[in-house]
Amino acid sequence: MNQGRKEILQFVFLLVGVIFLIKLFFIQVLDNRYAELADGNAILRQVEYPSRGLIYDRNQKLIAFNSPEYDLEVIMKDVKRFDSEKFCAVFEISQEELRKRFKEMKARKEYSPYKPTLFMNQLSSIDFAKVQDYLDEFPGFYVQARTTRSYGAPSLANALGYVSEISKDNLARDESKIYKQGDYVGQSGIEAFYEEQLRGKRGVRFKLRNVKGIEKGSFKSGEYDTLSVPGQNLITGIDIDLQQYGEYLMNGKAGSIVAIEPSSGEILSLVSGPSYDPNLLTGRNYSSNFKLISNDTLKPLFNRPLMAQYRPGSIFKIAQAMTALQEKVITPDTRIRCDRSIINCHGAHTNEDLRGAIANSCNPYFHNVLRRMLNQGVVDDPFGDTRVGLAEWNKHIMSFGFGKKLGIDLPNEKEGLVPTPEYYDRAYRSQAWKFSNIYSLAIGEGENLVVPIQMANFAAIIANRGHYYTPHLVKAIGENGKPLPQYRERHYTTIDSSYFIVAVDAMQKVVEEGTGQYRARLADVIVCGKTGTVQNAPPLFDHSVFIAFAPRDNPTIAISVYVEDAGQGARAAASIASLMIEKYLFGQTKRPHIEQYVLNNKFE
Amino acid sequence: MRNEADISGKLDWVTVLLYILLVSLGWINIYAVVYDANAVQNIWDLSLNSGRQLLFIAASFIIILAIIIVDMRFYETFAYLIYGAVLFMLLLVPVIGKEVGGNKSWIGFGAFSLQPSEFAKFATALVIAKIIGSVGFKMDNLRSQATLLALIVVPMALILLQKDFGTAIVFASFLLVFYREGMSPFLLIVGVSMAFIAILTLIVENQWYLNGAIVLVFAIIVFFGKRTVKRILTLSAGALIIILTIQSFDYVINNVLPVRHKKRLEALVNPNFDPMGINWNVTQSKIAIGSGGFMGKGFLKGTQTKFDFVPEQSTDFIFCTIGEEHGWFGSLTVITLFMTLLMRVIFIAERQKNRFARAYGYSVASIFFFHFAVNIGMTIGLFPVIGIPLPFFSYGGSSLWSFTILLFILLKLDAHRSQVLQRI
Repeated sequence: MNQGRKEILQFVFLLVGVIFLIKLFFIQVLDNRYAELADGNAILRQVEYPSRGLIYDRNQKLIAFNSPEYDLEVIMKDVKRFDSEKFCAVFEISQEELRKRFKEMKARKEYSPYKPTLFMNQLSSIDFAKVQDYLDEFPGFYVQARTTRSYGAPSLANALGYVSEISKDNLARDESKIYKQGDYVGQSGIEAFYEEQLRGKRGVRFKLRNVKGIEKGSFKSGEYDTLSVPGQNLITGIDIDLQQYGEYLMNGKAGSIVAIEPSSGEILSLVSGPSYDPNLLTGRNYSSNFKLISNDTLKPLFNRPLMAQYRPGSIFKIAQAMTALQEKVITPDTRIRCDRSIINCHGAHTNEDLRGAIANSCNPYFHNVLRRMLNQGVVDDPFGDTRVGLAEWNKHIMSFGFGKKLGIDLPNEKEGLVPTPEYYDRAYRSQAWKFSNIYSLAIGEGENLVVPIQMANFAAIIANRGHYYTPHLVKAIGENGKPLPQYRERHYTTIDSSYFIVAVDAMQKVVEEGTGQYRARLADVIVCGKTGTVQNAPPLFDHSVFIAFAPRDNPTIAISVYVEDAGQGARAAASIASLMIEKYLFGQTKRPHIEQYVLNNKFE
Repeated sequence: MRNEADISGKLDWVTVLLYILLVSLGWINIYAVVYDANAVQNIWDLSLNSGRQLLFIAASFIIILAIIIVDMRFYETFAYLIYGAVLFMLLLVPVIGKEVGGNKSWIGFGAFSLQPSEFAKFATALVIAKIIGSVGFKMDNLRSQATLLALIVVPMALILLQKDFGTAIVFASFLLVFYREGMSPFLLIVGVSMAFIAILTLIVENQWYLNGAIVLVFAIIVFFGKRTVKRILTLSAGALIIILTIQSFDYVINNVLPVRHKKRLEALVNPNFDPMGINWNVTQSKIAIGSGGFMGKGFLKGTQTKFDFVPEQSTDFIFCTIGEEHGWFGSLTVITLFMTLLMRVIFIAERQKNRFARAYGYSVASIFFFHFAVNIGMTIGLFPVIGIPLPFFSYGGSSLWSFTILLFILLKLDAHRSQVLQRI
């Protein structure tokens, strides 16, 4: 009796032991989930957001900086029942919004009850002081400090761009995997172009905490912690005073002002009108303001200096002159009769040389010049001859930086257009076009398109007598740093430097005795400029254009001004350009009548 | 008179060594639980569990000495008296007891409190062994079975009065002793089947599906067997009994069992049931153990057990610390030690020359096994959370002393086995 029962009991005991060991092997060795859960439990991952790099103007004035902001984060696992009425009162949200926020948060893909999750962003620092006192009544909620962007002046919006939460699309496209939902990223302007330099490197601190969420020191003595590295500061070439003055002058007008230091390509001011206060697109009101601004019919987000493509008008005559001289179809002394039968002209002049033709902006002169250039008799057939001439012309014009992206350090730059033979083949759907079809190019009308930054660069080329540095906003990355390498390279035009003296003389003449004499001239400095009046479809007024540089020798500023629907170039554009030059060179303007003329005249 | 204390040559030193190993490991683990890297701590500090446990261990050695000094015949002779005394204490608990953690099962003696239910285990073991060892005892005798059942049920009931469900069901482990001593395996099989059906009752929402299935199974058995009237009647009666069992079990679950036990049972059959609520303990316990990996995070380096994620980790969930800090290797070590102890106890029980000592030995093995299986089983989610301690590891004087007394009475009996008349 009872034989084998000892063995059965021994078997049962051992069996249970073995089952335990197998189960333990599964959860301890084979299944990594538990280790992760344990880390989520006891290790609090605290991200340290680096401060974004600051942006200065050329005189070390701060134009973009960071202000503290506080985000409310929640670890759902730690949330206990709380007084929702009080919560809503403290955080100034409605019960509905509270429920909505919980729902939205839980719907997010990366949501985990063990991880801190963004609950409410950008409590202002005033809120934070109040919230802090109540925070311990809501276990599971934490305040995460970070910074938000602020701008020193209510100007330069389109050049600076803005910083906002990364969009879902961009997050999906981000292959570097640097960004996480809720991260802030530069969305346009300098903020976007220099995002990599500005953002710095996030740091992470791993902290141990107990079940109540109370911190118990650092994990493994901080072995895995990384320090945050602040973003690099940027020194721009912008003169913020000049910039603000330019925006002041452009108030109520559509158009742009681009001022460049010719010797370096540094942009002194980049005015786009109409504009907005960059501080509107920061902080918690970003979304509502963005909607307002982007729906504005005046399109303040449209960065005209880079994106608006216009016909250049008469300023283009200088480029024609340089090209013709280089092609040796004229000399500076070539006189051409002002024959107004094909193309109209203005002013009293009859038989000018090149300088005079530029100063008086003689249309028939440049009509003739272009014909000489395009039809040089290389090929007998007038169609084929124009093709050859146009290809050559295109090469020269493109070397001024027209018809292509200059490569400024801002996104969304437009190319403009310098027609090629192939362009006209497409336009005429055949090769049957010749000079008489395309002569409008001669006076900067027709198919030509340029953007204001190219016009300013063109002024800088003449100021430099034949070369340019790609215009750029940032002159130094980091204190005592350098600009990006592409901005340290000198670009030459295809025109011999010696020919530029003709352009310089002519432009001086424009201001002193030609079309621009009344408003562009300055008493203490020789200003060189060129007016342009770009035809517009009636009843709209023509566009007012002016390019200039000063002083004549060793110029420190080259400028282009383009005012839409404002009539002759000699009026609004020339006035604004000369005021800008005066302001930059002397720190102040002494011609209140011109300033009043610009500010009060509706140019209608 | 024999020198009772001078049995060093006959004491089973293998068991003593296992005992010392288990108690030492237990103490080190309790230190690991209370250890706080940021606090200035002294391992001996009596305000810490580790310091107090050391005191309990010291007291255990005095108890061991006392057990060895007392005449070996004392335990058999005074079994009823000891049993009676413990029952009296259990009766007193609801009157003068104090409540700790929802269970009113403690009697205070100044700064210390005792848990009489812990001592009911060895007392019941003694009295059951005495009955089984008595002359002319026959296990298949209904009267004997009724007596034994009564001896178990009375302390169980008294302990249930203290709402200490865990300790009460430990007394079920005596079934293993009865089995060894001749109880029909049929009863055990019925018991296991009942448990199985009970689990099914919990899983299957509508018990009428379950009842239908049982009727179907029995109908098939009837159909394919000899269709005699007697057989059909017997099988029908069987089916009816099972259905009635299900109904009564369902009734017990829904109306008698405290809600927290019912929830725990539900949590057991469904591991995903309320993981942050009723299953919080098990969830956290599994996280702690599971995060240990193969070799563990290292002594005092546990994060889960250190920062209170696992509740009651010094007592019921002490195994988490082992699992987390020493990994699977640590689990293997502890489980192997327990298995070795159990096999050794069975070996000792089998070499006894009288039935009293053998039955007592099996009681010790069964109780240890039950604690071991239920405690570790619950920490890894194989058993419902039933708060019973892991022998020698869980913090607490009463349980340590209870297990010590259980084990060393056996060793005392074993040391004198050659002096007793063979009565098997």
